[in-house]
Parts: sequence; structure tokens; C-alpha cells
Amino acid sequence: MDWTALELSLKLAFWTVVILLPVSILFGRFLAFRRFRGKALVEALVMLPLVLPPTVLGFYLLVTLGRNAPIGQWWHGVFGSQLVFSFQGLVVASILFNLPFAVQPAQRGFQAIPPEVREAASCCGMSPLRSLWKVELPLAWPGVVTAMVLTFAHTLGEFGIVLMVGGSIPGETRTIAIAIYDRVQAFDTSAAATMSAVLVAISLFTIAVTFALSARVGRRLG
Amino acid sequence: MALEVMAKATAPIPLDIAFRVEPGELLALVGHSGSGKTTLLRTIAGLWTPARARVAVNGTPWLDTAARVNLPPHRRRVGLVFQNYALFPHMSAAQNVMAAMDRADPVEAARILDLVNLHGLGDRRPAQLSGGQQQRVAVARALARRPKALLLDEPFSAVDRATREKLYAEIIALRAHLKMPVILVTHDVNEAQLLADRMLVIEKGQVVREGTTAEVMGDPRALHAMGVRELAAMLPATVAEHLPDGLTRLDGPSGPLFLPTVEGAPGSRVRVRIMAHEVILSRARPEGLSAQNILAGRIAQIVPGQGPGVMVHVALGGHEIIARITRRAADQMALQPGDTVHAIVKSMSVARDHIARAPNGE
Repeated sequence: MDWTALELSLKLAFWTVVILLPVSILFGRFLAFRRFRGKALVEALVMLPLVLPPTVLGFYLLVTLGRNAPIGQWWHGVFGSQLVFSFQGLVVASILFNLPFAVQPAQRGFQAIPPEVREAASCCGMSPLRSLWKVELPLAWPGVVTAMVLTFAHTLGEFGIVLMVGGSIPGETRTIAIAIYDRVQAFDTSAAATMSAVLVAISLFTIAVTFALSARVGRRLG
Repeated sequence: MALEVMAKATAPIPLDIAFRVEPGELLALVGHSGSGKTTLLRTIAGLWTPARARVAVNGTPWLDTAARVNLPPHRRRVGLVFQNYALFPHMSAAQNVMAAMDRADPVEAARILDLVNLHGLGDRRPAQLSGGQQQRVAVARALARRPKALLLDEPFSAVDRATREKLYAEIIALRAHLKMPVILVTHDVNEAQLLADRMLVIEKGQVVREGTTAEVMGDPRALHAMGVRELAAMLPATVAEHLPDGLTRLDGPSGPLFLPTVEGAPGSRVRVRIMAHEVILSRARPEGLSAQNILAGRIAQIVPGQGPGVMVHVALGGHEIIARITRRAADQMALQPGDTVHAIVKSMSVARDHIARAPNGE
């Protein structure tokens, strides 16, 4: 059992969720309420990581984040390290890869709020920010929580893109999914089995807790 | 604190309307769906902006497209009761009311909930309240905003008839507390006649007729816009006696009226809506007739309709009753203004929800 890999996976999932939470709320809300030209294209772009093979996304990330690309050069200039094959690079890849999981359920959550309830909030004198805090978030939060749980669980399980962008550096980029792959390659079936079981347990627990929570919310509002 | 409204637009619906509502006055916007009445309400609230419009309260503009003034809804002091109430489902009734206050005040919230007869129900969530109770919460929430204009968008359309009768009575009682202009949007002429001081009949985004309900009822074009079957007169009356056979005797402007049980203690004043198509006219006082109400009066005017009908306005002791009869009958009887006739009204032709308590001071 590679505890360092598990810790790294949890750390990666944590940072992905922390960074994507505001994105999920603001961008999900934006897509739910605004109509604009090219909205279908934007929504398609958000969904793209869901259908693309991780290798394709990983390839483009390698190209754009690498030392010869502007972003990679800028990062190197500011932080003195390279972005690819590092934990920070993994976080960037993970954020992009999780966009559909973070945005879609939140968007659905905001869309489920009847328009006249939002109008009532503004007629009650609430500014848009206050309306978001007092009315929209309390009503949309099951969607936002679902988004975050999916993001968390999905990051734990991500393999292809991590391998492409991060490789398998112990303590830096070797997540639990990569560690399992390494163990299988080394015919260490028992270690692979233990880690697989741990991953199943964590993912199942997270998702089950969310479902239980959202069922309670459903009863409260029903 | 008068409310002035002007709105012109071509899309999504044509609109060319201007009107004014005085403080404490209740104006009914009446028209079929798609006539533009809800759009007007949304314009006042700031939820929609027509191409050219001006909305001002007490001279202060909320919206003036010419001067590029357009306050967002949350900066207009407006109370809006939505057709389906749009309560916040995650908040209790009291929290809903407090959500509209500048500073949440539980004591004030309880007072307003008492005002709309929701005493002790402040802790319930909307899902735990009946339709009528939800409507009362919506009214309470609108009042909690301390609005400079109160807007009611078809507020009685989502409840059953029995609840509606109660809510009518409550709105009438609440009028004494409403010092601001009130606008009621409705397609129900009965509702407008029972509750409003003035009516504005709208068709295809234009004003067909504006005036008191009696004035509007005398205008054939307004009748056409409302549906001629809605033609009716309002008679004031006082409850005199509840009879053992289930009828109530009322004292009307020209003698007694017998109607099926009218709620209210003897002495309470009510208004009775009498549908014009239910009224029969007779030159002589008829005998041997089942109808219980025979009211003698003098023909004030005869208004021709667009079809085979005419509207005969009969003056009775300072008020009017309207009979919609055929032109043929009017010709056969040779009816002329000034003639004395008897208006015959079946007791059973007056529906329960066509009787409402008279507003205070009437």
C-alpha cells in the first residue's frame, strides 16, 4: 500500500475542489441565467473533457504548459520551476479536466430555481449578491455539492491525464491511480488489490454521503 | 405618492398606455391574457423595460427612458404579489416576510402576518401551507417591503372558489391599511368590480376604457374587450335578516333583496354584483312569478350592443342595475329613457362570490 500516493491523490482532489468551487458557482450560475451568442459553443467547450480521450487533453497541456510555451516560460520565470511533471501542473490539468463535473450540476441546480423566485428576491429589495447568498445558493446548493463531490471522486480516479502531464514521480505526481498501474506492471497484485479496494471504498463513501444529504434537502423543501 | 406610468413598445407585444393611480386607490387592469397587463406590472416593478417608458412615484422617476433613468427592481420600493406567489421555499413564512425588510424584525413580521390572518403560522414553510395561506404570506411579504406601490398579479387565480371569497374579504378589510397606490391585474371582471375603485380595460396593449366600474360598464367597447357576458351592476345593500329558509333579506337602494345566505351580521354593508344577462324587465309589476326580487326603477339609458342585444340601465334610488335584453324585446316593449320598469332578479342567479363586504367608508 502506497500511502504517499493516496495522500497525494487526496491533496490533488482537495485543491481541485477548492479552486473549482467558486468557478462552479459563478460560471454555473452564469450559464444557467444568461443568454448570449455562442452559448452553445461555450457549453460544448465545458463538456469537451468528458468526451475527449485524456491523452488528447494531456497532449495539449504538455504543449501549452511545457518550458518552450509562453505559459510554461512565464511560470518558470515567476516560480523557478517547471509546470509539467510537477504537482502544480497536475492541479492545472485536473481543473481543466474536471470542468464538466464542476459546472454542469451547478448549472442544473441554478436552472431549477423558478425565474419568478429570483424576481421576487429582487422585488424584496435584495441586491444580486444578496439574492445569490440568501435565495439562490440555498436552493441550488444540492447541485453545487454534487458538482464538488463528483469533482473530488473523479480526481481520485483520474489516470490518463496524470500520466501524460505528471508522469510518475513519487511524492510529486504519482497519484494512487498511477501507483496501482505501477504495481500491476510489477506483478505486485496484492498491493494493487489493496489500493484498488481503498479507492473503491473512499469513492463509494463520498458519493453515498452526498446522495443521503441531497435526499434530506429534498424532504426539507418538498 | 401617486404612481404615474407610461409605456410604449412594439415587441414582444405592442404597448401604448399611460395611466395614473392615486395613493390609497385600487386600480384594476382588466384584459384577456396577452393584452399586456402583466407586462405593464413587470415594467413598474423593473423586471422588464419597454422601448419607451416612464414610471414615477410621487414625481420621482424609477424609469425614464428619455432621461436614461432605470433603477433595478431592488432599488424600487415596490411590493409585488406574483401569480404563483414565488415564495422562498427554504424559508419559513416569517423569514419570507423578513426577507423583504431592510432590517429583519421578527416583531414587525409577526404584526404583518397577523394583519393577513396568519397568526401563529410564522414558523411554517410554504410547502406546509395551503394555497390561500401562501397567498397571504405573499401579500405580507409585499407589505413588509413598505412599498410605494403595491402590485397584485392575478393573486386569486391559483386558489379554489371558497378560498377566493375569503381572500376577497381580507383584501377589502386590508384596504384601510394601504396608503399607497395599488394595482390589481386580473382577467376576472367580477374581481375587478368587487375590489377596485377604478378599472382600466386593456386590449392589445391599448387602453379601451378607463373609469369607475359603473362608467366602464356603460361603454360597449369596453364590454367587447371584457366579454359582454361580464356586464354587471354593483348594488350596495345592508344585511337585514337571516331567514329560517336559508335566504338572507337585504335592504337595497329600492326595497328588499332576497338572496341565498349572505355572510355577515345584520347591519353589515355589502355590495352585490348582479349580472346583466340574468335580469328580466317588465313594464307592469308581475304577479305569480317565482323570482323573489322585483325592483322598480326608471330607465336611465339604453346602450345598443354590437349583436342582437341592448343594455338597459335602470336607475334605482341613486344606483343602477343593468339588464341585457334583446333589441327585439326592447322594441316590442317600446322602451324609452325615462320609462318606469320593473327589474326582476332571481335569488339563485346571484353567485356567492359575487357578494362582498363593502369597503370601509362606503
